[in-house]
Amino acid sequence: MTNVNNIKITPEIVKEHGLNEEEYARIVSAMGREPNYTELGIYSVMWSEHCSYKSSRFHLKKLPTKAPWVIQGPGENAGVIDIGDGQAAIFKMESHNHPSYIEPYQGAATGVGGILRDVFTMGARPVANMNALRFGEPDHPKTRHLVSGVVEGIGGYGNCVGVPTVGGETNFDASYNGNILVNAMTVGLADTDKIFYCAAAGVGNPVVYVGSKTGRDGIHGATMASAEFTEDSEEKRPTVQVGDPFTEKLLIEACLELMATDAIIAIQDMGAAGLTSSSVEMASKGGVGFELNLDNVPQREANMTPYEMCLSESQERMLMVLKPGREEMAKAIFEKWELDFAVIGEITDTGKLTLKFGGEVVGDMPINSLVEDAPEYERPYVYTDKRDAADVAAPADLNKAVLDLIGGPNLCSRRWIWEQYDHMVMGDTIQRPGGDAAVVRVHGTEKALAISTDVTPRYCYADPQQGGRQAVAETWRNITAVGATPLAITNCLNFGNPERPEIMGQFVGCLEGMGEACRALDYPIVSGNVSLYNETNGSGIMPTPAIGGVGVMKDNEKMATIAFKNAGEAIVLIGETKDELGASLYQKQILGEDAGAPPFVDLDIERRNGDFVRALIENGQVSTCHDLSDGGLIAALADMAISGGMGADVTLESDLQLHTSLFSESQARYLVAADADTAETIRKEAKDAGIPVAVIGTTGGDTLSVNGDVSIAMSELTAAHEGWLPNYMAKAAE
Amino acid sequence: MKSAVIVFPGSNCDRDMAVALEKITGQKPLMVWHQDYDFDKVDFIALPGGFSYGDYLRCGAMSARSHIMKEVIKRAEDGVPTFGVCNGFQILTETGLLPGALMRNANLHFVCKDVKLKVENTDSLFTNGYDEGAEITIPVAHHDGNYFADADTLDRLEGEGQVAFRYADDINGAQRRIAGVMNAKGNVLGMMPHPERMIEPALGGSDGRVMFESVMNRLG
Amino acid sequence: MKARIFVTLKNGVLDPQGKAIEHALGNMGFGGVDAARQGKYIELDLQATDRAKAQEEVDAMCRKLLANTVIENYSIELE
Repeated sequence: MTNVNNIKITPEIVKEHGLNEEEYARIVSAMGREPNYTELGIYSVMWSEHCSYKSSRFHLKKLPTKAPWVIQGPGENAGVIDIGDGQAAIFKMESHNHPSYIEPYQGAATGVGGILRDVFTMGARPVANMNALRFGEPDHPKTRHLVSGVVEGIGGYGNCVGVPTVGGETNFDASYNGNILVNAMTVGLADTDKIFYCAAAGVGNPVVYVGSKTGRDGIHGATMASAEFTEDSEEKRPTVQVGDPFTEKLLIEACLELMATDAIIAIQDMGAAGLTSSSVEMASKGGVGFELNLDNVPQREANMTPYEMCLSESQERMLMVLKPGREEMAKAIFEKWELDFAVIGEITDTGKLTLKFGGEVVGDMPINSLVEDAPEYERPYVYTDKRDAADVAAPADLNKAVLDLIGGPNLCSRRWIWEQYDHMVMGDTIQRPGGDAAVVRVHGTEKALAISTDVTPRYCYADPQQGGRQAVAETWRNITAVGATPLAITNCLNFGNPERPEIMGQFVGCLEGMGEACRALDYPIVSGNVSLYNETNGSGIMPTPAIGGVGVMKDNEKMATIAFKNAGEAIVLIGETKDELGASLYQKQILGEDAGAPPFVDLDIERRNGDFVRALIENGQVSTCHDLSDGGLIAALADMAISGGMGADVTLESDLQLHTSLFSESQARYLVAADADTAETIRKEAKDAGIPVAVIGTTGGDTLSVNGDVSIAMSELTAAHEGWLPNYMAKAAE
Repeated sequence: MKSAVIVFPGSNCDRDMAVALEKITGQKPLMVWHQDYDFDKVDFIALPGGFSYGDYLRCGAMSARSHIMKEVIKRAEDGVPTFGVCNGFQILTETGLLPGALMRNANLHFVCKDVKLKVENTDSLFTNGYDEGAEITIPVAHHDGNYFADADTLDRLEGEGQVAFRYADDINGAQRRIAGVMNAKGNVLGMMPHPERMIEPALGGSDGRVMFESVMNRLG
Repeated sequence: MKARIFVTLKNGVLDPQGKAIEHALGNMGFGGVDAARQGKYIELDLQATDRAKAQEEVDAMCRKLLANTVIENYSIELE
């Protein structure tokens, strides 16, 4: 075996590790000597964009993260909020973009596995998975294959671990042709007095490794290509991690079983950069040192080097610090679940990460420097130029435009996707995919959690600040539309190359908008993840700050769904429709243009209208509600009609042109349906509250018609809506 | 009715089954870990859904060869009502307690949705609560629910009233759209659809409840 | 001793995965594939040195676990 620590560190090796000269100089100065090869590898992952947030940290610090119900904000494995009765919801969203592009099934599957671990590490039983997916344009030769693999991977993992995948979003756009986005979110439940954190404590306490064995999965590709390694005649090592949901399921059960005892002091999952980042994280948070004996790490392959063991991204592994004397009891639990359990080190008071292997010290680094000395960049940025309002033309054929939108890639039914996910396991899914937000009961109580993931990248591209606001506001609105009170969000910030000032400007603008919305709506950010460099050949993705919102409803029997329920009910539009067709889906898909300012997000109005609608649902006045978003009023009407299996007859009275009324994406709007008397009451109440309101039509019949100008048979509309995705996926791959 | 839910590594509908049994029978079922094969006498044994042993090799193959299944087989042969859902059905066919095998869905996709079922036999231990000719709605969630048996076996199953449920539409390629079958004695039922997921209006309906109530009726 | 075990679906049992492979190959322009059947390949490292005994042992493994003889055939190669 090559002793990798004998490798001389050259400027080329430093560069291959993604560190620049200045960063390397910082390492040498922090250590007081040149690092060896293993140490260099560890610094490189700890100081990577992924672990250190070096480009984004400066701006992330400005986001609001506090509220009376926030138990834990960003900085732990996941965010924690109080949902009353001594219970907490724990959640986070994370990206697995690049791995999913390389190997869609395993990339997406391990993305789900990773986010599940982030949540159950904190003591929560995962109760719901969500995802936000973005693919290239449908005609791109890779798209179909990627959709198929990602969906199968998400299902393959989530279905096996037995956590329902209850919803999400899927979009297609050319800007993702070379960089798809796979963002996975998990929500879990725990008791507020049984939440686990990662701060290690107690000199001499054992550091324990549990879960799967360590192999050479996912070790940094660039370093693998180095000449020193090609001397070995070994096969080219895989850089794709493979997920094992069966082991994950056992790990969930074993960890929760151990968590029910008082044996655990600290626990951390081994995510990106595996053993290294988890040890450093735990030691740093606890202000202690770690001494690890790498010989004791359970290994799947022969002759693994310290470098490989430290950087491996093998899945389904956790690191724990136990109270002394609890090792045997803990071991028995993990053996029952047929998982590896090994004491691999102990806590020290040195403040260093000390690695031993074969009786020698092979790495000795100050923890502080690995975490706090990581560079932080205030990268230069330029704001996106503001656009003027656009004058957006009417379509040649209104009915055709409606059918093309409802039966097109971005508004069609996602049934083909979510029927491949077990969305009912655990027996608490009371609102299945396809509505505004997924709703799962808090097991054994009358409460329920409402969850939604949203962002409109078109808006973020046209005006990052408005787009950032809108992404947050839309999750808030979706959660409101089912009758829940939105409490907090997680996010996954997907952007291009931050070293380009215009991309950094998108990032800064979106964050400003998000922060404004969070503050105005009392809707803080409790966890999140940043994914930068989503670019191919200098062409970046549209800025995509995906937001995952969580809300609570006290009485899960007072829940609204989007389906029209009874014929003859009055349809009420709440909120004001303005001439806001700039950056709309209509403009982009039907006219093939992208121009003009996106809809303005007035956060006070958003809050006022939302609070009004939520009260209608909570009072039991309304059980049919849908928010208006992509595609505008007509898209919302179509969704409600298709879900309810009945048409609607609508008459719009407005100074706006009809196509503007139908397709405008003005914010803070909802449709509700109720019997005529209730509708009249709602109209009066809204008027009194100063909220624009109109009774616009009646449910029923087998046609969706508006002013006689739109008239589409429900059978045709439904077929278009349900047909697009299965038809697209059925076409043979190129 | 005292019931037991058998839990294998990778079972994931065990809690759902337990919740349903408790709601319907009023008694908490015994949760039996696969290594505790010497479990108390019960009136009803349930093999829940999930991915026991990760569905590796073949769905249900490893569980079917476990110690606890030797005990379950013995009790089933002694006449104890034994019920397998989804992965539980796969385990029952792998043990040979039920004929046939469950193969990959014909379209190769996992499928999770409500399906319409025809109750084919309304006299049995498990189905006597349904009206004759009843069409019911129960969800499925599986990747390997495509029922296969040779033609003679299928003829025999149909002739002897051992087909309990049939899909109204073809959803997975199953031979003769078979969704659930019983053994010759009628005390063992395996089915792909999940009745434990359809036991209250909040979940979309109560058609699954009747199956459990049927057993309770008979056992008195 | 190494045992190589091939598990295949019996003739007459529909093989949806095989069909999908056949279909995909055709679409990719590989003509001349009349049929594709997908199976499993399992490799065992055995302690046994006696060939006949090993054959018997592995055959039992196949019957009892590795193949489901309701739908699958198997063949064994010892080396």
